Amino acid sequence: MRVGVIRFPGSNCDRDVYHVLKLVGAKPEYIWWDRKDLGHLDAVIIPGGFSYGDYLRAGAIAAITPVMDGVKGLVEEEKPVLGICNGAQILAEVGLVPGVFTVNEYPKFNCKWTKLKVKTIRTPFTSLYKKDEIIRMPIAHAEGRYYTDNLEKLWDNDQVVLQFYSENPNGSLEGITGVCDESGLVCAVMPHPERASEAILGSADGIKFFKGIIEYISRC
Amino acid sequence: MKFNVEVRIKLKKGMLNPEAATIQRALALLGYEVENTNTMDIITFTMEEDNKRKVKEEVEDMCQRLLCNPVIHDYKINIKPED
Repeated sequence: MRVGVIRFPGSNCDRDVYHVLKLVGAKPEYIWWDRKDLGHLDAVIIPGGFSYGDYLRAGAIAAITPVMDGVKGLVEEEKPVLGICNGAQILAEVGLVPGVFTVNEYPKFNCKWTKLKVKTIRTPFTSLYKKDEIIRMPIAHAEGRYYTDNLEKLWDNDQVVLQFYSENPNGSLEGITGVCDESGLVCAVMPHPERASEAILGSADGIKFFKGIIEYISRC
Repeated sequence: MKFNVEVRIKLKKGMLNPEAATIQRALALLGYEVENTNTMDIITFTMEEDNKRKVKEEVEDMCQRLLCNPVIHDYKINIKPED
């Protein structure tokens, strides 16, 4: 099971994601931003970081790189794509998931543990959770406030993946902090499941995101 | 022919602008009670093109593809021939 981990100048969670993918038995592979040929991969993860220094808007410049054409190709082949933090911002900028992740309501970098509610389990990444299960994962971002101009459609299509529970640390619309496309195969989440994948880190609640990918690939 | 281009990008009406809100609060700390504080990004560059219409078309394209996010931004383009 070959899972690509995309790297841009400024990515900084790539090695964490690579490490967790190995933990769950996948064969991770780093993919640099200028590669387009991703057809050999079974899934791809866009990790967190500050691609291109977050200049212009977080994710805006990474969104126009050749590797994102490769990612669009994988989406057409119905392979799972997960964007974490900066990866989520990039997927929103490309338009592979609806809405935008913009400057936090209180405009500072916010790094803390959060409680989250899993709102849909139809994505490969959340298939091993229970619907409405409460999990713990950290956030670490300055531009994570989710906004969409079509909230009703998002709920109607079951595209809300994660919602903040008990607090809304960045002012996201209805506390939404993870969304997917209509198919559920492209998923963008602001919290970091890779930073909550081993008990020694304080929570292992996030590991199911990665185990879910493996299970989905082995079923296909 | 060379043109000076200015793109002004601001948040759509009604969108929360945390930067502007912070500035307004800071001004209040200094005793200045102001309202409707707003911020915008201004991007300037020069372009070589046959005519103004072509410049406009290309800059519109830039705004749609990179400079703005249509979900949250409005933009205004100003083009002037270089003196």
